Amino acid sequence: MEHHTIGLTLKVWRQKNNKAKGQFETFNVKNISTEMSFLEMFDVLNEQLVAENKEPVAFDHDCREGICGACSMYINGRAHGPWHNTTTCQLHMREYKDGDTIVVEPWRANSFPVLKDLIVDRSSFDRIIQAGGYISVNTGNAVDANSLPIEKHRADESFAAAACIGCGACVAACPNASAMLFVSAKVSHLALLPQGDPERKIRSVNMIEQMDKEGFGSCTNIGACEAECPKGISLENIARLNREYLGAVFSGDSQNA
Amino acid sequence: MSWKHSFSTSIGKKLQMSFTGLFLILFLLVHCYVNAQIFWNDGGAKFNEAAHFMGNNFLIRTTEIGLFAFLILHIVQGLALWAKNRSRRSVRYQVTAGNKTSPWYRRSMGLLGTLILLFLIIHLSKFWIPNRYAQTFGSGELNLYTRMREEFSITWVVLFYLGGCIALAWHLVHGFYSSLQTLGLTTHKYKKMINGIGIGFSIIVPLVFALMPLAFYLNWII
Ligand code: SF4
Ligand code: FES
Repeated sequence: MEHHTIGLTLKVWRQKNNKAKGQFETFNVKNISTEMSFLEMFDVLNEQLVAENKEPVAFDHDCREGICGACSMYINGRAHGPWHNTTTCQLHMREYKDGDTIVVEPWRANSFPVLKDLIVDRSSFDRIIQAGGYISVNTGNAVDANSLPIEKHRADESFAAAACIGCGACVAACPNASAMLFVSAKVSHLALLPQGDPERKIRSVNMIEQMDKEGFGSCTNIGACEAECPKGISLENIARLNREYLGAVFSGDSQNA
Repeated sequence: MSWKHSFSTSIGKKLQMSFTGLFLILFLLVHCYVNAQIFWNDGGAKFNEAAHFMGNNFLIRTTEIGLFAFLILHIVQGLALWAKNRSRRSVRYQVTAGNKTSPWYRRSMGLLGTLILLFLIIHLSKFWIPNRYAQTFGSGELNLYTRMREEFSITWVVLFYLGGCIALAWHLVHGFYSSLQTLGLTTHKYKKMINGIGIGFSIIVPLVFALMPLAFYLNWII
């Protein structure tokens, strides 16, 4: 693709800390290569701000190759920007034209409080995982991988659910700020495998309980999560989570706090 | 986990919406079938016969109580969910995705439901309430066919009913699919079928309902 440079106007959410009231700040950036990723464009902006002795914009990032889920940015009304199945770090500037204005906001959900600028606290996800996203295994030598036969399509489906990187785009995109797609992915990848069986009955119940406690909204099957998920996690996982939950509460032997 | 607790978690509340919603869908089917008897064009003979049966059968009258209980639960729970979900994002986005990530009607179930509720209040006060009143305290059952003809000769009433049918159709498009998704039935295998039936139902039933006031207004039936 032909390479050229563009200039942009950025309206970025600035917020000192968790308590402060935030506001938008407008910046102009020039000489942005269309080969750059969205985060690299932010690097350019931040270098510019440092040179001007101003506070750089705080944003989350880690792998920059679309696998860690850190790079939360709500770009022009879209989680991770307009591209399908893409994280912010994999969004490239060839999407934009010279002179475009881009509004960048943090994930907005009460369960994801803003820590600073575009960085939000997603530890609510960690606590949901702790509530049930684990399996019990014996210590000692690792068992032979092939000792437990697993149907191919189950393994594939489980793997597809396990692709969830916990980025929180589903919550950010959901009009209800619901975490159901995330929880359904985490429940699904274990529910589809025999290793997930021992805790099966309490897993969905406990994780849902924690999800509610963290203050996420309830799912009304809108589907914006599926549309915005960078890993293509499907709504079928939410159907599976609902089945798991029904199975657990109707079987009569689900026990939890 | 107690029953009460199972139904008060976020999925539990969805289950309440789903069960009550499916029951209401069943009711719509019966209601539609009974009222469609007007299309025999026999001056309301078949229709009045069916209406008389519905209004006097003990089992049906008992179910009617359950129907109202479910309806109220569906409304109260639905409005509570709407309010609670809205409160989960105190600072709202400056720019939103709009229809790019989800169709409008899926995000507007509360609004569509409220419109249907408004319709329902007027609708009940025109037919069901006066009829039950006359049955219990007055001179017996009303001739609902005559009453329909009177009501549906008024332009605003007909337009109001058409509006109610449109709101119902959109509410059903999402409601049908959503209730089965909540029950976990929308698997890969059944998803297409459920969507197809849901859309078919959401078009046909409101359409048949909409034809009723139109049929009277345009003198298609006597
Ligand atoms: S389900 Fe998708 S959008 Fe949600 S946390 Fe996982 S990867 Fe991110
Ligand atoms: S920085 Fe790791 S996914 Fe974007």
